[in-house]
Amino acid sequence: MWQQIRSNQTRSIILVIGMGVLLALLGYFLGLYFVGSGEVGLFIALIIWGIMSLVGYFQGDNILLSVSRAKKIAPDDHPRLYNVVEEMKIASGLNKMPDIYIMDDPALNAFATGRNPKKATVAVTSGLLQKLNRDELQGVVGHEMAHVKNRDVLLMAMCAVLLGTIVVLAWYASRFLIFGGMGRTRRSSSSGGSGGQIIILAVAIILMILAPILAQLIYLAVSRRREYLADASSALYTRYPEGLASALEKIAASTDQLKSANKATAPMYTINPFRKQGMSADNLTSTHPPISERIRILRAMAGASYEDYSIAYQQVIHTDKVFIPAAAAAAAGTVALRAAQPEAPEKLEEVQRARETTNALWNVHKYKTITCACGTKLRLPPSYKLPEIKCPHCGRINPV
Amino acid sequence: MTIAIWVIIGIVVILLIAFVAIYNGLVRLRNQVKNAWAQIDVQLKRRHDLIPNLIEMVKGYMKYERETLEAITKARTLAQQATSAGPGERAKVEGELSSALTRLLAVAERYPDLKASQNFLSLQEELASTENKISFSRQFYNDSVLNYNNQTQMFPSNVIAGMAGFKPGEFFEVTVAEEKEVPKVSLT
Repeated sequence: MWQQIRSNQTRSIILVIGMGVLLALLGYFLGLYFVGSGEVGLFIALIIWGIMSLVGYFQGDNILLSVSRAKKIAPDDHPRLYNVVEEMKIASGLNKMPDIYIMDDPALNAFATGRNPKKATVAVTSGLLQKLNRDELQGVVGHEMAHVKNRDVLLMAMCAVLLGTIVVLAWYASRFLIFGGMGRTRRSSSSGGSGGQIIILAVAIILMILAPILAQLIYLAVSRRREYLADASSALYTRYPEGLASALEKIAASTDQLKSANKATAPMYTINPFRKQGMSADNLTSTHPPISERIRILRAMAGASYEDYSIAYQQVIHTDKVFIPAAAAAAAGTVALRAAQPEAPEKLEEVQRARETTNALWNVHKYKTITCACGTKLRLPPSYKLPEIKCPHCGRINPV
Repeated sequence: MTIAIWVIIGIVVILLIAFVAIYNGLVRLRNQVKNAWAQIDVQLKRRHDLIPNLIEMVKGYMKYERETLEAITKARTLAQQATSAGPGERAKVEGELSSALTRLLAVAERYPDLKASQNFLSLQEELASTENKISFSRQFYNDSVLNYNNQTQMFPSNVIAGMAGFKPGEFFEVTVAEEKEVPKVSLT
């Protein structure tokens, strides 16, 4: 059952190779135009790509985690999240428990990172923890875990680095062309000018404009495929596609609200796509298959297997395209859905969830909690050094 | 003549490579089954460990539920004795423990004081999660067994499985006894 992923991988890899060819072409023609040698251009493009790849490979997860100001949590900081992640780790058959990070942000968002399953990290926002019930959280974590298990993180990082290299190269080349262009034209006119030069210039300009757009399109195509596949895997792990579907519904409903309501954190989420998705495999609010479509597919599933997802996909998108090869899907057999988990009334639950999340955030920021005899909870910042504190409520002196 | 020899050598080499590949594939699948079984084991043990805490906590509140508490203690003892048994037998005793636990938690719903306690809430989260982990590890185990069994039964790997003694794995099917009777509450 788990091997089916591989057949899907091939198509993604072909797309990535397409991007690589695009980068090579861009480098070659820019080199031909600027220094008169395609090989040199190719070489420079490869060096830029190599450096960015190395940085992305070794530091990508750290950069992403620090840019998104995610903080690592211990099991006790948020037992429910830890448990849900562990459940999904077991269901997906991963060997190692991923690190868990929390982002202090009201937006509903989550991502997975780490270059291989051993270095995997799952990060979720505090908003997600507050708004989603257990089944929904499980669906989202299952989706992130699928990215880890299906090796999407590395694939998407490679894709993002290629895209980044193409964008950077095209951008610098266009600057050179505009600001350095004068000198060049004068020189070429003095040497008589040539038809060949003009053709190369035309090709270089066309590539400069088209390559980033094409690369972006390929990137989105790869990302979209991986998203659908991760949804299918999440349904298979949880045996409960409704969980992810209703989580997606909540996420879709909350995005607009966030941008208007919280201008301070908006830049983090509306930052340009390369920075934002640079090393991440997934950002739920900006995933590219329309969320409504993903929800409809999940809700149309009759069972929880890949085959069921494939059938639902065909129904919703109205296509005959086979999402997962039939032979592989048939081998999986039938996989039944499970029932929803009993939940306390939604209102009560939400209060409880908010409390848990706030506690986790206090802990993560190393605040100390002291419960006074009068029931007041005192949160002391790590910079508080005095040996005792007076309760503002009842005036008792509490030792720290 | 020499061509024939080379052809024969070629065929033998190809067969050897195929044998090694299939054999290794079978070993990998069998190890995955073992690994998955170990996961189930960890989670079942975890549940055995949690139950005394639960009993200790609810005892004070549920003075009149002796029967339910005894049932769960007994089920736990039986389950602990069966830790080295095979999947089939183990599934039976663990299934009974599951239903005893469900009954206890259902009864606990009727005690508002207990339900309001923060300790009980966190223990409940632990129990619910352990229950989930058991079912997820069972799910993964059964998928792995299915995968492995398919390989041991399908041609050509079944030939090698037969020769090297790969035995089919046993599924872990918990048949939880349906809520047979609602436990009687006596608050006299």
